[in-house]
Amino acid sequence: MKIAMPVNDKKMEDGICPSFGRTPYFLIYDTESKEEKYLDNSAASSQGGAGIKAAQTLVDNKVDALLTPRCGENAAEVINAADIKIYKTTNDSIMDNIDSLNAGKLSLLDNIHAGLHNHGGK
Amino acid sequence: MKIAVLSGKGGTGKTLVSVNLAASANESIYIDCDVEEPNGHLFLKPIDITSEKISIKIPIADEKLCNGCRKCVDFCKFNALAYINKKLIVFNEVCHSCGGCTLLCPQKAISETEKVIGEVQKGVSDNVTVITGILNIGEASGIPVIKKLLSYCDNDGKDVFIDCPPGSACIVMESIKDADYCIMVAEPTLFGVHNLNMVFELVKLFKKPHGVVLNKCLDEENPAEKYCIENNIKVLGKIPFDNELGKLNSNAKIVAREINKYKTLFSSLLQEVTKEVQHETVINP
Repeated sequence: MKIAMPVNDKKMEDGICPSFGRTPYFLIYDTESKEEKYLDNSAASSQGGAGIKAAQTLVDNKVDALLTPRCGENAAEVINAADIKIYKTTNDSIMDNIDSLNAGKLSLLDNIHAGLHNHGGK
Repeated sequence: MKIAVLSGKGGTGKTLVSVNLAASANESIYIDCDVEEPNGHLFLKPIDITSEKISIKIPIADEKLCNGCRKCVDFCKFNALAYINKKLIVFNEVCHSCGGCTLLCPQKAISETEKVIGEVQKGVSDNVTVITGILNIGEASGIPVIKKLLSYCDNDGKDVFIDCPPGSACIVMESIKDADYCIMVAEPTLFGVHNLNMVFELVKLFKKPHGVVLNKCLDEENPAEKYCIENNIKVLGKIPFDNELGKLNSNAKIVAREINKYKTLFSSLLQEVTKEVQHETVINP
């Protein structure tokens, strides 16, 4: 399964970014081959609609699941339209959350927020 | 003459100054550009109201014509479009109605549809024509409503008072764009000075002739007045921090119509502003 996570840096040891739309990078991780790939999030500098653009990038990269601490409603609409599952991360460690997902311990993100629109900080 | 009344934050007295100046003129037009929370009508209580819906254009895609090239998605600076599962998704509330996607689509698959975002109400309150802009809750931008409001400015010599939204963002820029003169209303606090500074920067940027009305003045030192002196800004008038005025104003009364003292205050303020505008037209035609 190919999963995506918003991350602070291009390494597995670093943490998950609390912002989905304006995260600096996305980790694209293959749970079978354990292959990791990092995407620069071009949406981070958008004037608006960052969540929509970031979600489009993930859809285009054909991921099966998104692991994120939170997700806005516009981004969720894009992700859902592509039948990608959104899981809620439990802490900010990348490996912990991948392990939890593999063990079937992650739950789906159910509190989709109305969008922070630049008021969420980092 | 067109006078815009603005301030760096809400609650400084923009509406107090605007409605009272409008009431003090012989015949005037009051335009409420604070479309997110218009309140001038509460004071002026206009009658014979007519209203007009304001709509914007939103793109709509024809799935049969769209070939998924995504030129529109890449073009949209506001990211209002996404292309998922061979279907274009339009986020109406993110769209700024620039029309770029419609122009750009090589397949001519995008057309535009109207979406109502608010309305403009027009009524009369004695000597004042009252024009109010109302933006529907949840809409991204009030600019289309303000554009329509200001189209009523082309008057037959009546004085126009534009009650601006608070702050110094795009919506304020749109409101002062065609003004002949800007009145900045300021409070006598350090916070008030900070906010005054914001709008002062804006009116300088727009090269608008300007002056300040000091509101809520006490006998003690006034930081906003000090700021005006330091920056060589004309002080047009002072409104005292007065219990009676406060009470009347919170009961939605127009003080210039109620009490002689305030009738005089706003009449002389109007004279002062008129003098400034005429002066500007002479030295800066």
